[in-house]
Amino acid sequence: MTAGKLIIPSTLRAAANLRSSSMPKEVAKKAAAMLSSAPSGGKHTLPDLPYDYNAIEPVVSAETMTIHHSKHHNTYVTNLNVTLEKLDAAVSAGDVSTIIGLEGALKFNGGGHINHTLFWENLCSKDESEITDGPLKAAIEESFGSVDAMKKDLSAKSIAVQGSGWGWLGLNTQTGKIEVATCANQDPLEATTGLKPLLGIDVWEHAYYVDYRNVRPEYVNAVFDVVNWKTVEERLVAAK
Amino acid sequence: MKLAITISALLAASTDAFSMSMKADTGSSSRRNILKTGAAIAAGVAAPAVSNAYSVPDLLYPFDALEPYIDAPTMKIHHDKHHGTYVTNINKATEGKEEVPILDLMADALEATPVRNSGGGHYNHAFFWDELAPHDQASKTKPSAELSAMIDKSFGSFDEMKAKFEAQAAPGAVFGSGWVWLAVNKAGDELKILGTPNQDNPLMKGVCDDIYLPILGLDVWEHAYYLKYQNRRPEYVSNWWNVVNWDKVNENFDYVCKNHVGVSVRG
Repeated sequence: MTAGKLIIPSTLRAAANLRSSSMPKEVAKKAAAMLSSAPSGGKHTLPDLPYDYNAIEPVVSAETMTIHHSKHHNTYVTNLNVTLEKLDAAVSAGDVSTIIGLEGALKFNGGGHINHTLFWENLCSKDESEITDGPLKAAIEESFGSVDAMKKDLSAKSIAVQGSGWGWLGLNTQTGKIEVATCANQDPLEATTGLKPLLGIDVWEHAYYVDYRNVRPEYVNAVFDVVNWKTVEERLVAAK
Repeated sequence: MKLAITISALLAASTDAFSMSMKADTGSSSRRNILKTGAAIAAGVAAPAVSNAYSVPDLLYPFDALEPYIDAPTMKIHHDKHHGTYVTNINKATEGKEEVPILDLMADALEATPVRNSGGGHYNHAFFWDELAPHDQASKTKPSAELSAMIDKSFGSFDEMKAKFEAQAAPGAVFGSGWVWLAVNKAGDELKILGTPNQDNPLMKGVCDDIYLPILGLDVWEHAYYLKYQNRRPEYVSNWWNVVNWDKVNENFDYVCKNHVGVSVRG
């Protein structure tokens, strides 16, 4: 079952990582999700966080993580499913005009789902966040000169995003180099630029307003303390 | 010449300062400017060359006046910090240039990114504050006969206009951050509802299919509603109608229809 392939590893991960007494609830939720998943190509579901809502405090509060995950990301998932249903109907009817008309909603909600799924996975608690020697460090040093230079570039460009968008580290598979890129709104990195996403930083105001108000620079700089560099490295290795 | 301008600015500002001090302390930046300029004049020299062309206009009401529809903490941060930053940045971007009203920078704003973002931000917010009023005042106002007639002509009815406006304000419609406007066309015979991203507005050449003259606008950046509404933007939008001052909107409408240019703003 293709839906099961995605869910089972994360269930195990959730079961292993969950420190709180909510584990039985988490497992039950996963089971329910498995049962309600449509066959392959069907409904998308909100992925559980690989950690508790308070795991990356004080960088991002549990309050923000709760709203960001259970409301914002959830809404993208819901609306993506609605849009896909409309798309199915339009494709079946051969209604090209409607298909084209759904492009915006698809990019917005589909991008929102992709981006946030990547985001949760590239965060972890402070004590787990560490860049060790390995292919990622080597690639960063090759592309930017140093880890600090990369952080400086990524944070400056993420902070400078006008309005809503994302800052990214991405792999340019043609040159083999890691690049900094930014995308507006929920435009997904790979579909928009061709870069393979390695690390995403959400700079929509909803990502930081509760904790940092208008001071986006403080948020962006603090996020580096909770980046899951292991995941970023796994993505790099997988993308090469 | 520069000294004469400074003195008249000082006089204008001090009048404002007196009336402003009667209201809640909403922003001392202009009073600071007055003191700075006054000290410079007293010292017998022209004011320093940093551009103070623009300033954050004080609100016409206290920060909590729009409760419970728009909360006081949001009004304070939105006005002092967000609008404040746009003003700081447009002043930096226009340093050394001839001082013109912010409205005059809008038409060609797309030619310079800082003007588009920060100049647009300053205009849009200055426009926004003055269209709002406390509910007990706002609820007594309504669209004028002329405005109602054009609303009916352009949308069918007020309710249809409202529905179209709210649809444009829904998440995804204006992308992540932006504004929704009710605007008159240049000819002055039709109303349109337009969504513009980030700090763009319909006065800027190249943003919409033509220039349109806003009479009512709504900030749908998350900072405009997040503290109280979080992700519930539709709730913010439907509550915002309760603090729209239609007297001001009517005034804007009369002005743009008569003059075929955008409304001027304070600051």
